[in-house]
Amino acid sequence: MPEKAARWAVYAAAILFCLYYLLPLFVMIATSLKPLEEIRAGNLLALPVDPSFEAWAKAWSSACTGVRCEGLRGYFWNSVSMAVPAVLISTLIGAFNGYVLAMWRFRGSDALFALLLIGCFIPFQVVLLPMATTLGYFGLATSITGLVFVHVVYGLAFTTLFFRNYYVAIPDELVKAARIDGAGFFRIFRRIILPLSAPIIAVTVIWQFTQVWNDFLFGVVFSSGERQPITVALNNLVNTSTGVKEYNVDMAAAIIAALPTLFVYVVAGKYFIRGLTAGAVKG
Amino acid sequence: MAALSIRNLHKTYSGASPEVLKGIDLEVEHGELLILVGPSGCGKSTLLALIAGLEPMTSGEIRIGGRVVNHLPPKDRDIAMVFQSYALYPNMTARENISFGLEIRGVARAERETVVERVAQTLQIEALLERKPAQLSGGQRQRVAMGRAIARDPALFLFDEPLSNLDAKLRVEMRTEIKLLHRRIGATIVYVTHDQIEAMTLGDKIAVMKDGELQQFGTPQQVYDDPRNLFVAGFMGSPPMNFIPVRVEPAGGGCGVRLESAGRSYLFAAAGKGGKLGGCIGRQVLLGIRPEQISHGVEARTGAAHVHTAVLPVNLVEPTGPDTLVLVTVNGRQVTCRVHPAHAARPGEDMAFMFDLSKAVFFDPQTGERIA
Amino acid sequence: MRRWVDTLEAWLPKLVIAPTFLCCLVFVYGYILWTAVLSFTRSRMLPSYELAGLAQYQALFASERWWVALKNLALFGTCFTLIALAVGLALAILLDQKIRAEGFIRSVYLYPMALSFIVTGTAWKWMLNPGLGLEKLMRDWGFAEFSFEWLVDPEMAIYTVVIAGVWQSSGFVMAFFLAGLRAIDPEIVKAAKVDGASMPTIYRRIIIPSLRPVFFSSLLILAHLAIKSFDLVVALTGGGPGFASDLPATFMYSFAFTRNQIGLGAASAMMMLMTVVAVFVPFLYSELRRGRRA
Repeated sequence: MPEKAARWAVYAAAILFCLYYLLPLFVMIATSLKPLEEIRAGNLLALPVDPSFEAWAKAWSSACTGVRCEGLRGYFWNSVSMAVPAVLISTLIGAFNGYVLAMWRFRGSDALFALLLIGCFIPFQVVLLPMATTLGYFGLATSITGLVFVHVVYGLAFTTLFFRNYYVAIPDELVKAARIDGAGFFRIFRRIILPLSAPIIAVTVIWQFTQVWNDFLFGVVFSSGERQPITVALNNLVNTSTGVKEYNVDMAAAIIAALPTLFVYVVAGKYFIRGLTAGAVKG
Repeated sequence: MAALSIRNLHKTYSGASPEVLKGIDLEVEHGELLILVGPSGCGKSTLLALIAGLEPMTSGEIRIGGRVVNHLPPKDRDIAMVFQSYALYPNMTARENISFGLEIRGVARAERETVVERVAQTLQIEALLERKPAQLSGGQRQRVAMGRAIARDPALFLFDEPLSNLDAKLRVEMRTEIKLLHRRIGATIVYVTHDQIEAMTLGDKIAVMKDGELQQFGTPQQVYDDPRNLFVAGFMGSPPMNFIPVRVEPAGGGCGVRLESAGRSYLFAAAGKGGKLGGCIGRQVLLGIRPEQISHGVEARTGAAHVHTAVLPVNLVEPTGPDTLVLVTVNGRQVTCRVHPAHAARPGEDMAFMFDLSKAVFFDPQTGERIA
Repeated sequence: MRRWVDTLEAWLPKLVIAPTFLCCLVFVYGYILWTAVLSFTRSRMLPSYELAGLAQYQALFASERWWVALKNLALFGTCFTLIALAVGLALAILLDQKIRAEGFIRSVYLYPMALSFIVTGTAWKWMLNPGLGLEKLMRDWGFAEFSFEWLVDPEMAIYTVVIAGVWQSSGFVMAFFLAGLRAIDPEIVKAAKVDGASMPTIYRRIIIPSLRPVFFSSLLILAHLAIKSFDLVVALTGGGPGFASDLPATFMYSFAFTRNQIGLGAASAMMMLMTVVAVFVPFLYSELRRGRRA
């Protein structure tokens, strides 16, 4: 029965691909739980004989990231204090921008939107040098504030795009009715549009958080020393060439760096999908 | 002082686009319901948006209750609007939807409650007040939308095709409700629709529009019986008026029109139209005659000056229940006749028809203007 | 008083969007101009504004390392894009077969997108480690002759970046294709079945051709990702061995920020921009033409 054989083939292929995608995660976790001798003696897929979290503890508080040997802990909080404000600010501004572009169009607003959109696609290499000079001029060169600023500025195009596309689907008549009822620009946003925005806020926050937390380019150019985000610290940790390479610590560190975005993905992933396909108003 | 007065209103959207409204003049008295009707693209919704202040005008004057409102924003014009898609705030209950406008104007809570109760009673939606729009049916949403408008007690109500989203049966019900409501609260209403049946049944006055211009303004019966041009004549009435190209010939002291069909030829005298039609003898004009004016032969009426009989072969028969529509060919055109079902012949058979020309109208085939 | 408030109301939308517009103007377009200017100067450790014509561009194209970076971009870009497209399409077709636990499987295919490229690079660097990684695994399984030294092989290093990149990004392509597949009118497939076509034929002749727009948008996004690739290379190979797996992005960073060659770095950045423009402008042009015709 070719039908049945075909079904089995499909399932087999699907599972094989699953293994391909899960493999690195498994290897990372397994390696992080083994002591160094076991790593050298065994191979990638071998399960840890006696799992221990020693490498994790080291990665968190005493691994060397260049000159310092204080683990990833400080850098983790750097990333947090960078990501949270950046996400909140760029989402808030993006919401207002999307509101204006979708419901208060004026002459030139579409051209403005196009200009903004094009900005999404530039390679950031062309803004690094001027931005470094500017931040240096304002004394923000290696600070978290500087990083937050950079992430907000270059995240605005995406957040605006998300909100604008979402709000465009809300019927104009809602705003017209509110204007006739007497509501003004901000009241309409607060009382009518905002309550309808939960799906797109979820999408934007999830997307922005992932982008900002995972960023490396801005981190490595616009920060240094103890103010670096965790991605930069991780890279330093892994590429430190002093002494013996501690693969288990490297893997533990990588997982620690990945945990927040993985957590967001696992927990909120379905809200992301739901938000992307949600309409605001029915009927 | 009229409730609404519009003088020489022009509107062009920015850019090189053509003029959307080309000089509109209208007056609506207190308590009247004015219908703006016309095909899509005629400018009726734009006119409504201008009255509401949702769009700026290019030139002209609009007065509401004697006050010039040209530059006032919607919230200062003392108007309320009911939209085609109801435009209810989705995250608020029906009660909150109705009281939103009052809330913004700083009306005290106690008074807001009173108004909502009164409005709900008028529209019989007391049981629906705590529900959100998604939990209401189309007809219920429409009532809540009307409630929102009534609660504001404005000088002028604007209705923008409010029944277009409802199914046919509900539309008929709501139409009657709107008419009763109008009688009860005596509001001044401007009502936009593309449905000429709604226009006829609801309006105190009708303004027929086409291409940004007012074609005719009058009571429903006036617009129906006395159309000013070909467009208005063909737009109002369902099934639409028949337009038959005829030649005007001298007949019995006055003039008449020649009708030909299946080898037979008839000359009908046009009594009472002599003066204006007389000047057209020898020319082709368009005879406008409504289906209900072409019926089956009735003995008692034959012989009256404006009644003429012709025998025509039947092409098609369409029973509608109360009457039967019979399609025949006259002067090469398809003509619809409204006859009693019992008297309708079968397709292919000959049948005697009675043409009542007392209400017939005549148009110039080139300009579309009314001749007689 | 009322008039003044109403005028303010009318200006409010423009006021609200003005800051973002200004930011865009200054920090995107303004900075691009600034970098362009820098690329025409002899700036080394600090920016200087003494114009020097095309000197930096000449130096750029005289540099062996830049040519290696360009060659790598072409190799990496092509392999990465094509393989990711193929894998993404295959995964989407698989998932479209109405299998159980589709939601779970889909989230497995997609989770790599949630990871930083640094994490991905670190993981794959370990997995492809010559001596302790894949090579050792294969040898332990009995393939005594197996060798996998790509990571330290100048010729093959760039292909390790392809492997890691495809692993990270193919799920994303799959999501696009899946949405495209789901949007196909099932009636068309029914009609084809009635006409007697087999499923593979239906896929080949009807479904895949109708995915053309998705192909193009995925192609664009993948090409864009390839041109910007920086994090992955830094973590996986560090650009090495030597500069054998360098890409324009790592070249730019290296010269602008560690070798005190700002002018040269700026020139390489402008070249990157022009590559992106070269990819996007034909696409935009054809989209606009299609829009006008429609």
